[in-house]
Amino acid sequence: MEKRSVISGRLLPYLLLLPQLAITLVFFYWPASQALWQSFMLEDAFGLSSEFVGLENYAALFQQPEYFRAVGTTFIFSTAVTVLSLSVALLLAAMADRQIRGAPVYKTLLIWPYAVAPAIAGVLWLFMFQPSLGLVARGLRSLGLDWNPLLNGNHAMMLVVLSATWKQISYNFLFFLAGLQAIPKSLIEAAAIDGARPTRRFWTIVFPLLSPTTFFLLVVNIVYVFFDTFGIIDAVTGGGPAKATETLVYKVYSDGRLGGDLGGSAAQSVILMIIVIALTAVQFRFVERKVQY
Amino acid sequence: MVEKRRFGNLVPHLILLVGVSIVAFPVYLAFVASTHDAATIANGQMQPVPGPHFLENYYRTIFVGTSSSTREPVGTMMLNSFVMAMGIALGKILISIISAYAVVYFRFPFRMTAFWIIFVTLMLPVEVRIYPTYKIVADLGLIDTYAGLTMPLVASATGTLLFRQFFMTIPDELLEASKIDGAGAFRFFKDTVLPLSITTIAALFVIQFIYGWNQYLWPLLITTKDNMQTIVIGIKKMIVTQDALTEWQLAMATAVLAMLPPVVVVVLMQRLFVKGLVETEK
Amino acid sequence: MAEVVLKDVRKTYAGGVEAVKGVSLDIPDGGFCVLVGPSGCGKSTLLRMIAGLETITAGSVAIGPRVVNDVEPADRDIAMVFQNYALYPHMSVYDNMAYGLKNRGTPKDEIDKRVKEAARILAIESFLARKPRALSGGQRQRVAMGRAIVRKPQVFLFDEPLSNLDAKLRVQMRVEIKRLQRALGVTSVYVTHDQVEAMTLSDKLVVMNAGNVEQVGLPNDVYKRPASRFVATFIGSPPMNIVPGIVEGDGRVAVGGHMLAVADMAPGLAPGTVLDVGLRPEDLEVSGGPGIRLPVDFVEELGATQLFHGKLDGAEMVVQAPTGAITSDTRQLTLTIDAAKVHLFDRDTGARRGR
Ligand SMILES: Nc1ncnc2c1ncn2[C@@H]1O[C@H](COP(=O)(O)OP(=O)(O)OP(=O)(O)O)[C@@H](O)[C@H]1O
Ligand SMILES: [Mg+2]
Repeated sequence: MEKRSVISGRLLPYLLLLPQLAITLVFFYWPASQALWQSFMLEDAFGLSSEFVGLENYAALFQQPEYFRAVGTTFIFSTAVTVLSLSVALLLAAMADRQIRGAPVYKTLLIWPYAVAPAIAGVLWLFMFQPSLGLVARGLRSLGLDWNPLLNGNHAMMLVVLSATWKQISYNFLFFLAGLQAIPKSLIEAAAIDGARPTRRFWTIVFPLLSPTTFFLLVVNIVYVFFDTFGIIDAVTGGGPAKATETLVYKVYSDGRLGGDLGGSAAQSVILMIIVIALTAVQFRFVERKVQY
Repeated sequence: MVEKRRFGNLVPHLILLVGVSIVAFPVYLAFVASTHDAATIANGQMQPVPGPHFLENYYRTIFVGTSSSTREPVGTMMLNSFVMAMGIALGKILISIISAYAVVYFRFPFRMTAFWIIFVTLMLPVEVRIYPTYKIVADLGLIDTYAGLTMPLVASATGTLLFRQFFMTIPDELLEASKIDGAGAFRFFKDTVLPLSITTIAALFVIQFIYGWNQYLWPLLITTKDNMQTIVIGIKKMIVTQDALTEWQLAMATAVLAMLPPVVVVVLMQRLFVKGLVETEK
Repeated sequence: MAEVVLKDVRKTYAGGVEAVKGVSLDIPDGGFCVLVGPSGCGKSTLLRMIAGLETITAGSVAIGPRVVNDVEPADRDIAMVFQNYALYPHMSVYDNMAYGLKNRGTPKDEIDKRVKEAARILAIESFLARKPRALSGGQRQRVAMGRAIVRKPQVFLFDEPLSNLDAKLRVQMRVEIKRLQRALGVTSVYVTHDQVEAMTLSDKLVVMNAGNVEQVGLPNDVYKRPASRFVATFIGSPPMNIVPGIVEGDGRVAVGGHMLAVADMAPGLAPGTVLDVGLRPEDLEVSGGPGIRLPVDFVEELGATQLFHGKLDGAEMVVQAPTGAITSDTRQLTLTIDAAKVHLFDRDTGARRGR
């Protein structure tokens, strides 16, 4: 769609675009192309010279067992957070969508964690599960569980999953609720007249109609877990213990900073970019479909 | 809705109450911890009810700071966070509203090219290009400056797309009437487009303020001086995971202070927040 | 005040659509010119070229002595009323009307005087502080008119200003527009696809079709002597009947087996030529003697009049008669018509074959 009437002006539109384009070029395109370039270069130990090595950085990456470990960690982490936060959010949204009293209040009380920074969310959960003084950790210990996320990798993973889920529920809840409220009431009434009980109605009518929202959230959640959870992991576990919670993004960060392996870090960045672009493309395909309805 | 339920709406209420409690509990606990003294917490003696040290802890947090790793008072950090969040939100609104105005209301060579250059950045979160970006900001001498904190996060397609979408809904006839009424590009923007965009601007502001306030990785890299830290990274430095010396009561007071502004914004401006969130994702 | 002169004006849109294909038109100072035609015929495009909202591909538009092809809309000294009113939603009624004057740097008290004056004329004084959203359709329409008249322009341009109103209000506003234009004496160009509006408002009626002007004239002349089959069927309600006829000789045409006398038949039409014969439903008369026999399929009752529908040689035919003049259960009508009211058109080109 385009405007029928436009404003005349030769220079003005370029001036209006200038700030946005300048910042975009300097802080997006230049760094991104640098990352791409660096991923083909190998720097010596002192960063004095570098040489073109083609795909060697990528080859080296794919020979690192730690890289595949990070892939696995990311996979487990994102699956757990996505499944958990989507199902809890759907349950809550389905309840809030019923015409019960106080529904708007519940809505307000459920959406505010969106505003909490991931790192802060991590700190809150860390405090509850801190092995020596956390309230919940004490409870777990009194049940005889040897809870210690500082030493046990699985415990650490559970902790970051819980923090990330906690923060993400509000977002998913909001979109599920909007999706549910967009379903015409007449459809549900028709199903009720056809004799479907509420639970059956939900799975045979409501859930299928909600699938565009679910799919959209699936993609958004995966992107969220990939990137936005950096703060949670850094604040709660620092990728530990023994790299048990090191995700792909965290590895880019720590390899570049601690290891000084800029070429390898850049190669990892490039792979991540490809993943994001692929995810976004998938989402656009889907948006296009949605538009055609 | 249609049929009578045997237990009324008991089940949904129960489930929602449990949900609300789970969501609220960690924050409640943080608040409780921020009102106890260090010893009570360190001994694992803290009960889930508020203690007597509220004023003392918050006073120390805001004006004095912790005695461990970071000595900057949290008041300074909050100021930094505020400047960064406002800078990002207002900067984004400004550059994206004028770029959308150019793309929608003018015809010029390379218009679509410019649009796509902006559009593609939708797919590149700062995390994937973190070191090269860091290097550029360092080369520009912007480490430990507000400009360095905000500028790289100011550009993004979201705002431009949102405004473009909104401008497309403004009837063509308003521009035509303005032309006949003698308004040029500037007057049409100031007198018609801007007033009509107020809700869109506010919605974008809410989302971007939260986004800016909650930034983590970028300020972590770009600030080296304690007095340039934002509150979100300040708190991380207060917590030394292996160390019993963490002053948890102050850390938790900091957490509460860090949550307060964005949460207040969301709760008070819920309608705008929902609008902003739903529309920036379209 | 000024006359508006169009010379061979053309418009080709960027996509290659030829919306206006060479229109020349002369609207006298103070005249009320209505452009009428079916949807997509290019009326709005033509109007918008006069306004300066579309560039002119070829030809020239002059307002008064000045060719305005390259003049900005604001400097053409025109005012326009849009179909959707295009009121600024965030400004009060007062500010909507004052905006154009403010932009021109008119002194404040002069603006105030003119806005108040226009509001009085249009009876919208009590809404001046309201926002457009708090007004009804008819009130918005008045504000849009007010915005045009405060400017005291050389020319008023209207693009289907009444089509968003309900039928009753439309009639009322139509009368008001006419009265206002008379009182102010401002040259006006008015686009509509409603032929009743076209007939009642204009003192110069322009019928357009597919980017061309089909006919220009006084509304009654256009009605009485349509220049083409297109104009004949477009102007008049219910539309003119078009039935096949065969030339029988000078001044005579056979229609449905009956011989019709034609007063203004073009000379030299060879006997045996097949023509389209136009007979207005309101011109047909029921006769006791010989005439065109029309079997009646059904009757529509309109209150004051009745419409008898039937088919003649495969062509739809409608006869209009005052209620009660013919009994409604009539199965067949025998029709005659005044020789001066028979219109002849070329079968292929649709051009009038009268003198
Ligand atoms: N901006 C444009 N670009 C391309 N073609 C256009 C444009 N505007 C109008 N047209 C085409 O030009 C022709 C005339 O359009 P115009 O709007 O003048 O019609 P109109 O007579 O006003 O019709 P209506 O009664 O429906 O308003 C149409 O075929 C239309 O599709
Ligand atoms: Mg039109």
